[in-house]
Amino acid sequence: MSGIRKTGSRRRIRLGRAGRRRVQTVVMTLSVLMAVASAVVAGSLMASASAPFDTAFAKQHGAQLTAQFDEGRADAARIAATGKLPGVTASSGPYQVAQIDPPGPGGADMQQSETVVGRPAAGGGVDDITLRSGRWATAPGEIVLSADANSVGPDTKPGGTLRISTAAGSPTLTIVGIASSVTDSADGWVVPAEIAALRTSGAATGAQMLYRFSSAATTAQLNADRAAIAAALRKGSMVGAQSYLDVKLAADENTALFVPVMMAFGVLGLLMSVIIIASVVSGAVGAQIRRIGILKAIGLTPGQVVRVYLAQALVPAGVGAVCGVLLGNVLAVPLMGDAAQMYGGGSSAVAWWIDLAVPVAALVLVALAALVPALRAGRLHTVEALAVGRAPRTGRGQRAQRFAARLPLPRAVTLGLAAPFARPVRSAALLAAVVFGTTAATFAIGLTSSASAVTTARHPQQKIAVSVFMGGPDDGSAPAPGGTGGATAGSASADPAQIRAAILARSGTAEVIGQAQGVVSVAGGTGAIRVRLYQGQSGAEAFALISGRWFDGPGEVVVPTHFLDTTGSKVGDTVTLVDGGVQVRVRIVGEDFDPGNAGLTINTDMSTLAAAQPGLHPVFYDVVLKPGTDVAGYVSALRSALPSSGVQVGVNETGHLNPTVVAFDAMSVLLTLMLVSVAGLGVLNSVVLDTRERVHDLGVCKAVGMTPGQTLAQVLTSVAGAGLVGGAVGVPAGLALHDFVIPLVMRTAGSGTPPQVQDVYGLLELVLLGAGGVAIALCGAMLPAGWAAKARTATALRTE
Amino acid sequence: MANVIELEGVVKRYDSAGVPALGPVTLTVAEGEAVAVTGPSGSGKSTLLNLVAGLDRPSEGRVSVGGLQIDGLGEKALARFRRERIGMVFQFFNLLDDLNVLDNILLPAQLAGSPRGKAADRAAELMGVLGIAKHAGAYPGRLSGGERQRVAVARALINRPALLLADEPTGALDTASGHEVRQLLVDLHRSGQTVVLVTHDLALAEACAERTVQLVDGHVAVDRSRNAEVVR
Repeated sequence: MSGIRKTGSRRRIRLGRAGRRRVQTVVMTLSVLMAVASAVVAGSLMASASAPFDTAFAKQHGAQLTAQFDEGRADAARIAATGKLPGVTASSGPYQVAQIDPPGPGGADMQQSETVVGRPAAGGGVDDITLRSGRWATAPGEIVLSADANSVGPDTKPGGTLRISTAAGSPTLTIVGIASSVTDSADGWVVPAEIAALRTSGAATGAQMLYRFSSAATTAQLNADRAAIAAALRKGSMVGAQSYLDVKLAADENTALFVPVMMAFGVLGLLMSVIIIASVVSGAVGAQIRRIGILKAIGLTPGQVVRVYLAQALVPAGVGAVCGVLLGNVLAVPLMGDAAQMYGGGSSAVAWWIDLAVPVAALVLVALAALVPALRAGRLHTVEALAVGRAPRTGRGQRAQRFAARLPLPRAVTLGLAAPFARPVRSAALLAAVVFGTTAATFAIGLTSSASAVTTARHPQQKIAVSVFMGGPDDGSAPAPGGTGGATAGSASADPAQIRAAILARSGTAEVIGQAQGVVSVAGGTGAIRVRLYQGQSGAEAFALISGRWFDGPGEVVVPTHFLDTTGSKVGDTVTLVDGGVQVRVRIVGEDFDPGNAGLTINTDMSTLAAAQPGLHPVFYDVVLKPGTDVAGYVSALRSALPSSGVQVGVNETGHLNPTVVAFDAMSVLLTLMLVSVAGLGVLNSVVLDTRERVHDLGVCKAVGMTPGQTLAQVLTSVAGAGLVGGAVGVPAGLALHDFVIPLVMRTAGSGTPPQVQDVYGLLELVLLGAGGVAIALCGAMLPAGWAAKARTATALRTE
Repeated sequence: MANVIELEGVVKRYDSAGVPALGPVTLTVAEGEAVAVTGPSGSGKSTLLNLVAGLDRPSEGRVSVGGLQIDGLGEKALARFRRERIGMVFQFFNLLDDLNVLDNILLPAQLAGSPRGKAADRAAELMGVLGIAKHAGAYPGRLSGGERQRVAVARALINRPALLLADEPTGALDTASGHEVRQLLVDLHRSGQTVVLVTHDLALAEACAERTVQLVDGHVAVDRSRNAEVVR
């Protein structure tokens, strides 16, 4: 019976306290809500960002190494035997390979061959092919195309046909399915019997073998595995190999942007919540010491006091955690939908374990944060606690007040300036909240600027207003690739030199840059390397440089970071490119920012490969216009001037929004708003505690003539210093976080960081962000400052 | 002599439907007069003082101090009124613990925007008169109760108010300190200061005031001066 009474009384005490301390209850509920919601959003995106490739790779038994062999040097039996080598855990193949040169989706010559593999079934132990539509090839004349093949366009469907080359009268295959290989092992698959028909007469014959290894977590391990296989066969048998890590890098290109950023936001949110919750509970103990004394005097045990204070933290935190999970799910689902679209699959629902783990972790943290002040409350001596408010306070803040009183400022302001020194721990919590808020804001502004700079740096051709495409369909129906408003005219055999001359002859033309693409390899390693070939002064289309310079002429190449990593080269080195058996020595003069194609696209002058491909000519021309040129008028005049068929003039879209950047920006803004709100709540909490504690002093000030305006000024000034310091600390902290995370993001994406992406802050921006610290502090303090100003003097004077 | 305080039909209710804590009360206090307001706990003494000080507003009636009707003033105007026209001394001193004696005394002058030098001179003069000059740099926690109340009196007088209001000024003091403060109030009144004193202590009322107003259940039961007595 007595036990029941005790429990009931404790419950009444707890509920009564929660009701009386509404502001702190609301602050605690909202801080936990925001922290949990941020963590659910961040955790879901992190899980969503990291899962697709790994999940698909495991499900499809992806090949860790896709090797190509020269059948002239190693027969099928010997190649198959490499699947039994030590360290090889599974293998599939050998499958015969043929290279075809189909036209692109628009009918244009891609000048790029595609790899077709003769494979009897989609499964095979390693690299199970996933059919997206249609069926597997079962007879000669049928092909299953990879969804990622260059020849596949939006209109490519089962039932259609594919010409195996652009040459007139070339045979066609019936497309029976669209499929995908997680390790991108081929552009298409046919029955093995079809391969012989596809192979060009006299070309070297090849076979593909797919492997999984016991150790393949790093590039070094995979290089060792590859070397072991190559060593088991006659020298030169292995003609190429592709690591799954390169494919993963390409797949992670978007996700790489999210993961480190999510982690940074998550850590910031977590730290802020812990600080605020500890501050709230600690403040609750500090502000109610006398009440604790009374409770103990009437019989509450120390253990009961501890439980009361823990419950005081856990009840609102529990409500906040549940609401935070709900809000986090509401916010995460659309963002994850964007992410799922970007990653080409995956779920847009929040994982159940995130919905469970996040609130549980938050409540554990709340309990830990509350435990210290709760234990302090439990240990308080009853008599000392009862004396609080009766005896004068001594000690902290007096020196600061003495100093502030001598400042040539209004007295209300100097009283406010010295106030934080009376409660250094609480002031530190307030300062921390402002620092975190400013850090988050600075970090987020930098992130969005960097994301935008990445888009600009990765797509330098966006600066080009007009492009002229060679070849294409003869019916004039298709728009120019990458552009709008295209028109087709003329014969497919338009002379590139004539086209170039015609463009140069137009008034308004500043520069004409011819472009083509090819595939080469580097002597002594790596698989296929894409090469972007330029004709003319290509500086206008130069990618952002991380080091070195853009090429000046033939024999010089500019390469991305991943190329340097893969080949073990550096800027200034000379490497040998192999194109159709012809070796071309080139010097690396610059490292550019181009993480696309797994960071394996190099740039050089078209003449560099003249020895290997004498007939190489531009596939399209980018036209740089003179400033002030009317684009529409120019295009119209150019169309009239060019041959009437086989040429398309396209107007490039500029300023379009990259969906990845849009999703990234939306997420950053959302998380920043949450963190800044939590920071504001932290300030609100500190000022509420402080105002509550100083309400009697405020009453005294009012009794001796302090006006409401002066009271407002005093309270706001008491946080303005923390705002200034918080801004001064938070902005450099945000800068440092940005400077740490951005190279990490870039490195995860396999690239170095160009200055355009790293150095994104302007001086004015930094000053405004610093002022943001004051804004956070003042906004958080405005409400309690208003209460203090409006408080009735007589009531305040009666407050102990 | 002109009236410093004029209360006309003043009623104060804390609960709109409940019994008034005070009133209706009609009362005047003349310039230079020292009036003690006495009565049992809950009789409305402090309520009356708060209404005169502009710390609270009457539910009904009119309150004028120094010719200024204060019951309709806004908070800002009331704050100005308090710092310019009245000084207050409280039972528990109400000094700010983190300000030293000098800064506590200077506070009303500084809030009023008085020139620094002038305020400092006045503070020095008051500390000299009240015998607390040697404690100028000390903090309230280190002073005796009597010394603290002297500091409170100095703070109340810094802006040369027309009216000094004292709410149980000896209530928290030991006997010796109580005597000191009593003598201080007597001296202030002799110097011409108008004083309204709220107290339980009839001896204090007798010593300091020439007129005693006794409140019972919110109403003036006795209004007695040394020369005449009015029983209501």
